[in-house]
Amino acid sequence: MTGKQLFMDFDITATSHTLAEYKARGGYEALAKVLREMKPEEVTKEVSASGLLGHGGAAFPAGRKWGVIKLNDGQPHYLCMNADEGEPGTFKDRWLMEHTPHLVLESMLIGSYALQGRHSFIYIRGEFDLSYRRLADALEEAYADGLFGENILGSGFSCDLVIYRGAGSYVCGEASAMLTSLEGKKGYPRNRPPRLTVQGLYKRPTVVNNVETLANVPYIMKHGAAAFRAVGTAKSPGTQLISISGHINKPGVYEVEYGYPFAKFLFDDCGGILHGKQLKCVIPGGISTKVLTAEDIAPLVLDHASLLDAGSQLGSQGMIVVAEGTCMVRLLQVMLRFYHHESCGQCTPCREGMGWLEKISTRVVAGGGVPEDIARLYQISRANDGTTICGLGDAAGYATVGILDKYRHEFDFYIEHKRSMFDGRLEVAAA
Amino acid sequence: MKHLIPEFNEMRKRYPPDFESSLVIPCVRRIQEDRGYVADSDIDELVEYLGVPRIQIEEVLAFYTMLRRAPIGRYHLQVCHNVSCSMRGAERLVAQLTRTLGIAPGQTTPDGRYTLSTVECLASCGTAPMMMINDTYYENLDLTTVDALIAQVTSEPHAERHT
Repeated sequence: MTGKQLFMDFDITATSHTLAEYKARGGYEALAKVLREMKPEEVTKEVSASGLLGHGGAAFPAGRKWGVIKLNDGQPHYLCMNADEGEPGTFKDRWLMEHTPHLVLESMLIGSYALQGRHSFIYIRGEFDLSYRRLADALEEAYADGLFGENILGSGFSCDLVIYRGAGSYVCGEASAMLTSLEGKKGYPRNRPPRLTVQGLYKRPTVVNNVETLANVPYIMKHGAAAFRAVGTAKSPGTQLISISGHINKPGVYEVEYGYPFAKFLFDDCGGILHGKQLKCVIPGGISTKVLTAEDIAPLVLDHASLLDAGSQLGSQGMIVVAEGTCMVRLLQVMLRFYHHESCGQCTPCREGMGWLEKISTRVVAGGGVPEDIARLYQISRANDGTTICGLGDAAGYATVGILDKYRHEFDFYIEHKRSMFDGRLEVAAA
Repeated sequence: MKHLIPEFNEMRKRYPPDFESSLVIPCVRRIQEDRGYVADSDIDELVEYLGVPRIQIEEVLAFYTMLRRAPIGRYHLQVCHNVSCSMRGAERLVAQLTRTLGIAPGQTTPDGRYTLSTVECLASCGTAPMMMINDTYYENLDLTTVDALIAQVTSEPHAERHT
């Protein structure tokens, strides 16, 4: 068991995602309490007091984001849920949308009330099939039950919700690109300032929150900030949904209380490394976070402070486990192909740099690398840092530097011998 | 496209007023679902219906990977080849499908039945390797049974649902 479970506390059946069963386990009680007893600003105050951090990658305090919205500024305010889950290795928000879609909707209603948003949006990844259908069906159930639309539960609060489907673009998971996409345009990120909470969707104050971040709000409303803070650690309250994949025996989504030991999670809860191999490294929070070696991981616990001390991040909580014998040169090449494919092309350092990174890594893999290529990979990675509108190029650079710093000898070997130190594959064979 | 206008009018009801521009992506997605791709005449009619600049629609069609302006095969096989899937067999899967179908990624079979694509992370890493056949995810693929799976799926009429 991976500590206290706030989300995974019910049995999944063929009907556990329906409105009737969600209500039977206490669903929409938090909404009723909020609409009956709390003013919008009190909701935001409680969220701030809970210490809830964002679960999309940046771990920004949710209450602080909400607090920027001025309720009486005479403008419409928008809440947009970021369900564009696309960071490689990350698939945890799917769990919430597929298994408890009404929790997702209840959190949208409470958030919309706190921000006094008349119209709200869930921006969901274009390819998602079951997640979309579950949410869309749940929304129709909720409308039919009077939970959306005019005068919800007789409170005088009205809210309409649109589930907006993307059309295939990683960069639209970046909040400003998401809002540009939601305006029906190509998803280019925007420069800040102005912050999105000041000028977001159609230049109106807008809050963008990750699915899991918002999904914590009903619990906080029902049980109070103090109960939420009693879970996890002082600086990272609550739990996290970790998606784990790669060379691990039991891949999947796990709810893990902040502060849980990293190695225990890998070896006890997730069943250890595939085919009884030794652990080589873990990419801890989506491929944009720096790789941690087996030695790095041994003393760590799964909270923000611990991973930051080790020079990485929990990021989007998508772990990729890598077994001994895996070629890190090939791994980096696959990652760089992804970043090149997904660069939106707006900023020169990223548009050109991602192509160069991919080209150089592909050349090395093909046996045509030269010793200067390593310096070039470093140089291009650093030239992206802070020189572009969004973080895509930065992230590719961090990932590249992270792998080069720790596995430089594999690159040197590959360039010198024109072949991998290992069998050159990303799969591991059974012993 | 014109026969979809009643549906579009219904969809608009949950949007705030003056959100015509936002409707571009849902409308082109629906058009593509209906026709299999977005034709020049669809763009003309959508410009007229939404009152947005034509270039905005053209940019959207060029930018998003799921949108297309020409038809593809009836069954679109999209295999994820990002990190986690490659670690669990995606590269062998692509090689096998290339052999079975006789086409490389990016190509369509001469009979117009299959299009094979490689794609980046579809958020199905814990159930790798995986692919989409049209709109549906097929996960935890086993290379010894994937050919039979394709034959079975493509014999079911509903599998032609296409976004």
